[in-house]
Amino acid sequence: MDEVGTGGLIGQSVKRTEDIRFITGRGRYTDDIARPHTAYAAIVRANVAHARIKSIDTAAARAAAGVVAAFTGADMAADKIGGLPCGWAVKNRDGSPQAEPAHPALQADRVRYVGDQVAVVIAESQAQARAAAELVNVDYEELPVVVDTRAALAAGAPQLHAEAKGNLCFDWELGDAAAVERAFAQAAHRVTLDLRNNRLIPNAMEPRSCIGDFDSATGEHTLITASQNPHVIRLLLAAFVFGIPEHRFRVIAPDVGGGFGSKIYPYPEDVIVLWAARKLDRPVKWTAMRGESFLSDAQGRDHHTHVELALDKDAHFLALRVETVANLGAYLSTFAPAVPTYLYGTLLAGTYRTPAIYCNVKGVFTHTAPVDAYRGAGRPEATFVVERIVDQAARQLKLDPAELRRRNFIPPGAFPYQTPVALMYDTGNYHATLDSGLKLADYAGFAARRGAAAKRGKLRGIGISTYIEACGIAPSAVAGALGARAGLFEAATIRINPTGSVTVLTGSHSHGQGHETTFAQVVAQMLGIPMDSVEVVHGDTGKIPFGMGTYGSRSIAVGGAAIVGATRKIINKGQRIAAHLLEASPEDVEFKAGRYVVRGTDRGKAFGEVAFAAYVPHNFPHATEEPGLEETSFYDPKNFTYPSGCHICELDIDPDTGLVEVVRFSASDDFGRIINPMIVEGQVHGGLVQGIGQALHENCLYDESGQLLTGSFLDYAMPRAHDVPSFDVMTECTPCTHNALGVKGCGEAGAIGAPPAVINAILDALQPLGVTDVPMPATPYAVWRAIQAARGRAAA
Amino acid sequence: MTIPINLKVNGKTVQLSVEPETLLVDALRDQLRLTGTHVGCDTSQCGACTVLLDANSVKSCTMLAVQAADRSVMTIEGLGSAAALHPMQAAFREHHALQCGFCTPGMIMSAVDLLSRNPSPTEAEVRAGLEGNICRCTGYHNIVKAVLDCAQKMQSVPARESAHG
Amino acid sequence: MKSFEYHRAISLADAVTMLKARTEGRALAGGMTLLPTMKLGLAAPSDVVDLGSIAELRGIKHIGDRLVLGAMSTHAEVAESAEISRTIPALAALAAGIGDPQVRNRGTLGGSVANNDPSADYPAAVLALDAFVQTDRRSITADQFFQGMFTTALEPGELIKAIEFRIPKRAGYAKFPNGASRYAMVGVMVADLGNEIRVAVTGAGPGVFRLPAFEAALKKNFASEAIDGLRVPEDGLNSDLHASAAYRAHLVGVMARRALDAASR
Repeated sequence: MDEVGTGGLIGQSVKRTEDIRFITGRGRYTDDIARPHTAYAAIVRANVAHARIKSIDTAAARAAAGVVAAFTGADMAADKIGGLPCGWAVKNRDGSPQAEPAHPALQADRVRYVGDQVAVVIAESQAQARAAAELVNVDYEELPVVVDTRAALAAGAPQLHAEAKGNLCFDWELGDAAAVERAFAQAAHRVTLDLRNNRLIPNAMEPRSCIGDFDSATGEHTLITASQNPHVIRLLLAAFVFGIPEHRFRVIAPDVGGGFGSKIYPYPEDVIVLWAARKLDRPVKWTAMRGESFLSDAQGRDHHTHVELALDKDAHFLALRVETVANLGAYLSTFAPAVPTYLYGTLLAGTYRTPAIYCNVKGVFTHTAPVDAYRGAGRPEATFVVERIVDQAARQLKLDPAELRRRNFIPPGAFPYQTPVALMYDTGNYHATLDSGLKLADYAGFAARRGAAAKRGKLRGIGISTYIEACGIAPSAVAGALGARAGLFEAATIRINPTGSVTVLTGSHSHGQGHETTFAQVVAQMLGIPMDSVEVVHGDTGKIPFGMGTYGSRSIAVGGAAIVGATRKIINKGQRIAAHLLEASPEDVEFKAGRYVVRGTDRGKAFGEVAFAAYVPHNFPHATEEPGLEETSFYDPKNFTYPSGCHICELDIDPDTGLVEVVRFSASDDFGRIINPMIVEGQVHGGLVQGIGQALHENCLYDESGQLLTGSFLDYAMPRAHDVPSFDVMTECTPCTHNALGVKGCGEAGAIGAPPAVINAILDALQPLGVTDVPMPATPYAVWRAIQAARGRAAA
Repeated sequence: MTIPINLKVNGKTVQLSVEPETLLVDALRDQLRLTGTHVGCDTSQCGACTVLLDANSVKSCTMLAVQAADRSVMTIEGLGSAAALHPMQAAFREHHALQCGFCTPGMIMSAVDLLSRNPSPTEAEVRAGLEGNICRCTGYHNIVKAVLDCAQKMQSVPARESAHG
Repeated sequence: MKSFEYHRAISLADAVTMLKARTEGRALAGGMTLLPTMKLGLAAPSDVVDLGSIAELRGIKHIGDRLVLGAMSTHAEVAESAEISRTIPALAALAAGIGDPQVRNRGTLGGSVANNDPSADYPAAVLALDAFVQTDRRSITADQFFQGMFTTALEPGELIKAIEFRIPKRAGYAKFPNGASRYAMVGVMVADLGNEIRVAVTGAGPGVFRLPAFEAALKKNFASEAIDGLRVPEDGLNSDLHASAAYRAHLVGVMARRALDAASR
């Protein structure tokens, strides 16, 4: 850590390098790219949730103005294009593998959700393609539909896949059921809850878009796609879908307008445009209409959970038992099996020393869009379970919720701490974030504010959530043992240009996170050069080393560590070159503030001079060194990182309408060391609003026939500026113990911590009315119903 | 059947030939290659396509190109340049009011219109004034901060920036 | 969007003539409803007659005890008009709460009233303020004009020229927006017109409607306590994923009280 240094650029709120192009309208998103002779694709999607395809008639579409071609699943099968692979395989309780049905990019026989791809029409213009797609006539034999997970598990439910009997993909468990059983037998108190974690639609503001291109002269395939991880897309499509070698396949993810998980996965459209481009020998572009994004982007959450907590007479947690049914949608998206299992069950210890935990999760197929990682991915669901049941216990035992948490926290001296659900927390200080969070929220002054709100006819409540998350899934060997089919390292190349400027090539991908700034801060600091001498390149497999991309708050913790590793190699090689130039022994040369100096003298060489010597090697240690100054590092972390924190929501409820207004939200987070506080705060703000959105506004609903009821912004409530307050955020710092920067990651914290804080605050506000539960999202209608029901009970 | 139209875009008169059904946003993006104006939805909700029409913010996805005939359109590209940022663009950078950048052009155009109507808004007025723009990244916190700060800085500048001229 | 023929009308008579000749033609005012509907393929007119260049459809005039607003007045113009803020502040406030700023810069009074969306704000004002809808050929009372969901007394090809509002002694509007669309889940306009009290409700039912029971109670005492305890029957009210009929019925009472509070401020 000292090697990287903490002064200088690291820790500074440096303004973002990438901003200039975005604020002047010069960003370059996929749909902004116009390759010559591009044709446009429109996808024909199933308008019924479950049906056998009897026939597809594309004649009218093919005859329409401007149409170049129309293809169906049969055409794709004839070309031996493979289905989309699943990147994670979990095991059932009995050790057998999960059910893994095929996921073709175009369906030939059967459709399984509204939005499923049936055919593609390609035309000279986007408008012509979309108009012609409406002329494709698909004759369906409709089949029965099931959208609710519990109904899908019931006997006699409509079946999605022959491979998944009873619609069960997996029946997974973690923890010691017998130990939990014993603990419950001797518990003084038991608390139970039934929870629903509402289904969400990610809605990155840039709709998905992709361009396929094929050079018939060289055999090179190019896919430009709005993706969070171009190398992963290339690997999966090359190896499993197209069967082409990677060196003939370039994937470019240019500026990407937000991802939040939804742009991790290869999608059917990626396959379709590349395949069509090859067939037609011209670029083929597809851009989603927002309505298509609603139907076909991988969605998030959707759990039903029964949770029980056992406590002793002093309110110490003894055991936690969790039974969850998770909706996977109609097909397995890339990381779908990992999200409700290893990214969920493993987080159920939370910040507490609960000695025994058992978790059983059933992953279920339904006639809905595929579900996969959405900001937080499993960890918000786990945190919601833990932080709701802890609050429920506090209410039941009439304890202050902050005090109950404090009493059960893993103490600062207990790290590294082995949880009963597989994870080893390396470090943390939950008391610190709770204490500063309470102070930030003026918890002590709450009673007075509640009184003042009551005078205005409002019910005020306060709610706490002391979350933990696990970032940067790792190490690869462990993830592999748990079912990951890919590595989880990150790669970086540092290329020193002859005159000393620096190109950083990273496998991480920035789609809002500000890597072009943060990574440059790290490298500039390490090399002692100005930031504007450092350029960060990402998102193009033709340029960057093989890396895994950005998700799970891994970029700084894993990608940043790889950059540090490569930069260290640069510094070390530079030291040997400088020693030669300075006619000193390498051990006598040290690198300080951008200069190699002979220890104890004023003799030295600037970094730029050493770089020049490496590329114009007239005076160079040829006997021991190769010319040039470029190094690559692959970093595979030893462990996850464990950010944690305390989120406190204060809100007013209008009892006449049920409207909830968040009036204050305080977050004290521990992200370890921070490179750029401005960017970190921005990540927290954004996460909080997605978390508040889940708690109060957003809800993806299907009707019983599988039609999406919330298929546009007219029915799916996105949080707007006046739905949320300004936030009070701060950080504590217990540095991560196992990466070079001491960093943990911050991208998902808000979305993880906020939902239970909001719901706990609502229940606090409504407690005087006798309300004991509200569903999520707690829309005005839902809150009003809860109030009415409580009044009804009171009157009875 | 194409229709020839004249309009002023970012201060320059341009002649376009558009179909009746061509949306203003498509004319800007496809014909003029002004791709800073984005399309984020198809129900006129998200505001990513916001431009100024005779200095009023409008959603260019909900307007025919022919309706802009003989009128003046300002897009993000015309508001300021890297060398000479409009105060709102500068405020967005200063306060980290953007992350992925996709909603940003529309958000900036809305914010410019907001301050032209209400040069010294309260925080609540800024939040209400951005009702027509959805951002998924920033949580709005820094956008609101940027607009408030820009309002303060523009107080010292003569009213109605050149952008509205 | 399906292709169509575009026509720019320069006078009301011109527009009427154009529409008469084309049975599948549609008038384009602000386009805030028509264009999204066409984009989604839910409307596909053969011809579109743009009213944007017709000068006689603009302007705000105060004539005696009436305020006459041209059909092409944008929501922003109504919201920002000093004349309206002075004479019918509730109308300016209502306009300031329609949609969002970009919609208010394009959307028009006439377009909204002609469309008669059951969750639009303006129909509540037109009905509560006992307005006359002036068209190219006649004047229609508000009570006769609104005929249920997206249905009005307008004949095919008939265009709204202006809306003539009675200036009330006092009036207030309160709306509870849908959290997603921001349209009115329930909106209530109350108006004391001197000789009568009117209460008009939008959003709650299949079209804007009056509440005679509330009007009777308020005739005696134009204050929110006068309607305490009055229940709104939920029969016939909208029920959807955002709100049940019972919740909407409840909100009608709450918004009516808030509209009254606003009227007395």
